[in-house]
Amino acid sequence: MERTDILVIGGGLAGLRAAIAAHDAGRTVAVMSKVYPIRSHSGAAQGGVNASLGNHPDGGDDTWQGHAFDTIKGSDYLADQPRAEILAKDAPAAVIEMEHWGAYFSRFDDGRIAQRPFGGAGFPRTCFAADRTGHHLLHTCWEQTLKRGIKVYSEWLLLELVKHGDAVVGAVALHIPTGDIESFPTGAVILGAGGHGRIFAKTTNAYINTGSATAAAYRAGARLEDMEFVQFHPTTLYGTNILISEGVRGEGGLLRGADGERFMDRYAPSVMELAPRDIVARGIQTEANEGRAFEGDGSGYVHLDIRHLGADVITTRLPGIRQIAMEFAGVDPIDEPIPVQPGQHYSMGGIACDEDGVTDLPGLYAAGECSCVSVHGANRLGGNSLLETLVFGKRAGDRAAANAGGSGGSGGGAGDVPSFVYDKAVQTQHDLIDAFASRDSGVRQIDIRRRMQQTMTAKVGVFRDEAPLADAVSELAGLREEYASVSLDATNRCFNYDLIDTLELGGMIELAEATALGALKRTECRGSHWRIDHPGRDDDNWLKHTMATRADDGTPELSFDDVIITDYEPMERKY
Amino acid sequence: MGTSNRAMDASAGPGTVVFRVRRFDPDSDGPSDIRWSEYVIPAHPGLTVLEALLLVQEEQDGGLAFRYSCRGAVCGSCAMVINGEVGLACRTQVSSLGNKVMVEPLPNLPVLRDLVVDMDVFFAKEESVMPWLRPSDPDPECERLVSPEDWREAEPYTNCILCASCQGVCPVAERAPDYLGPAALAKHYRFYADPRDGAGEERLRLVDNENGVHGCDMVWSCAKICPKGVPPTKGIGKTRAAIYHAKKAREGA
Repeated sequence: MERTDILVIGGGLAGLRAAIAAHDAGRTVAVMSKVYPIRSHSGAAQGGVNASLGNHPDGGDDTWQGHAFDTIKGSDYLADQPRAEILAKDAPAAVIEMEHWGAYFSRFDDGRIAQRPFGGAGFPRTCFAADRTGHHLLHTCWEQTLKRGIKVYSEWLLLELVKHGDAVVGAVALHIPTGDIESFPTGAVILGAGGHGRIFAKTTNAYINTGSATAAAYRAGARLEDMEFVQFHPTTLYGTNILISEGVRGEGGLLRGADGERFMDRYAPSVMELAPRDIVARGIQTEANEGRAFEGDGSGYVHLDIRHLGADVITTRLPGIRQIAMEFAGVDPIDEPIPVQPGQHYSMGGIACDEDGVTDLPGLYAAGECSCVSVHGANRLGGNSLLETLVFGKRAGDRAAANAGGSGGSGGGAGDVPSFVYDKAVQTQHDLIDAFASRDSGVRQIDIRRRMQQTMTAKVGVFRDEAPLADAVSELAGLREEYASVSLDATNRCFNYDLIDTLELGGMIELAEATALGALKRTECRGSHWRIDHPGRDDDNWLKHTMATRADDGTPELSFDDVIITDYEPMERKY
Repeated sequence: MGTSNRAMDASAGPGTVVFRVRRFDPDSDGPSDIRWSEYVIPAHPGLTVLEALLLVQEEQDGGLAFRYSCRGAVCGSCAMVINGEVGLACRTQVSSLGNKVMVEPLPNLPVLRDLVVDMDVFFAKEESVMPWLRPSDPDPECERLVSPEDWREAEPYTNCILCASCQGVCPVAERAPDYLGPAALAKHYRFYADPRDGAGEERLRLVDNENGVHGCDMVWSCAKICPKGVPPTKGIGKTRAAIYHAKKAREGA
């Protein structure tokens, strides 16, 4: 493929925002996405995007400092504080920019962008577009991408990053419609390719959230940070685990157990249903474990009740939620409570990078859910993930563009890279695929995938303990060995999803291993990571980021970095 | 191997459903070849057509091709024809279909493989209607103020997920390949009606032709099928009226 200054991998919000920034800085940019960009998982985000605009009648005193504090407290003090401050400080401009670019937002009567309360926030700070905020922001970024004429390679799956020495100088990708494998030489790669929630069985994530780009960065030598911190969203639809927005509780939704009573007073008496996600998820899971939830298929669920809001509020503020409940659970929330249970929702961990997306590898940047800046620490607040994509997508795009211009630096410069480097990288992928295709072991990827997902949900879930975690680590290592013998069921050239699933599974297992090992080694409770055998947060030993480096055989090796603490002294986290 | 019919003459036992899926392999089939595969799927309450197709792909025929992403009716990937009706596979319950289900690719777009159609054609049409906001005033410091009342006209059109279900049922799209189609025209109206937009007559000129709003048969098939409640026909009618009034105003001037 033709060389570009910047290659963005991922067509969701982080990727598109990065591409727009790099384009506007005068660089040649291409976006590669394994789906058409508007199919990206950003579009499934519902409840909103945080910014201290102060538009809400109760939000006049809100400040970016308040937003930063809530984010850091919500992170259970694992966020790097100067970076959480950037997130909060840049938030109003990021949201206003989207409005100027054409995004639809719900409005207050005075015409300003509407805001609603969200968990863990001191003020009603979450700007929203009904319960389809991600859809509207994603389409707006897509429209701005079209307006600029940025080159988009849709349905190209990243297989591997290309390195020359230490520097990332391109990518090798599979064209899903034809089966062609090509190299993409570039000055810098920005990964904005989303999370890896599909390593779990019960997840709100789209099928496409396999972490293929995160895994490629890990294989290329980038470190993964804080992988054990996995957000379990408290309210996913029982049965399918489709997300039921936190905005439902923001609008006044109540959680009730099997006896019809509210139970959040046992877990967060002052804020009840609007406690942060980790606390609500543990509350629901505890109710289920102690027999106070509905039994269902054994995994248990509770009721999310919005009947008292009335049909008017439900149809104007939560129309998408109503549609989901009706279509996927046969429940109209105007008349009946919605059955919900916790499910994997967000990967706080990811590719280690700084506030400009700079990773361990020259020429490689990361932004959005695949990255770990870290602003979410041990628990992300609702409304901060859409915000992260906009703020840090832009910053990564700006920085990559600035570096691509200079000589040396992390800009690299594929112009100096001999072509055999790319040819060899392409050949390596051909050989890998040929090996899968020529084998006839009868070992199918789906069998290994399901066992991985079940292990992660059963043993690396809301409540964790040493023995199951140790089991998970060894089971996953076993699955990695079995994976080496997988053979394909289909060998067709074009749209071979069996091949895609097989290629992605290898990376998924490695991300799962890093997650499980981090969870085993971290002997404390912090945010989403709850060890029943190690009660309490342990700041003396664990105010640290877990850094995973991939050994040559694929196993993770852990080291620990200090958290950047500036103005916010770690305190007990109570709501 | 992937495209063989593994369960020919399949019949539905208790708790099972037979899926009959239209196939196309660009490497071996001619454009007019008609080929089907049948698969028996164990059904359970809550099983969707998308989940059933994934079970086929995972356990019976890895070569079966179809697009999917969110499985929650927001990404727009999985529009297809299910028992003769266009819909999103992810939000169609198998229990609503009986024990025989026929699945075909979305009509009015070229088939690339099995249930996968060429969306490049569709997206190119969207791109041609200038689908981005063009205000005529400079950006203010804060947001442009728009009351909920003033949003009422454009808001329904902002919910389009570009799934192309409307394209699949449009009688004009069937006979006129160059027709912009309901999705692109709905997107066009979304920006024309946006209270912040200033491109007015320039926007109208983009669709003031037979491949634009004047091509529509006004039969409302698209509005009826839309999984997100977007009414393209209504927007097309309003665009026509706006074109008419703009011409009248010019003639009067």
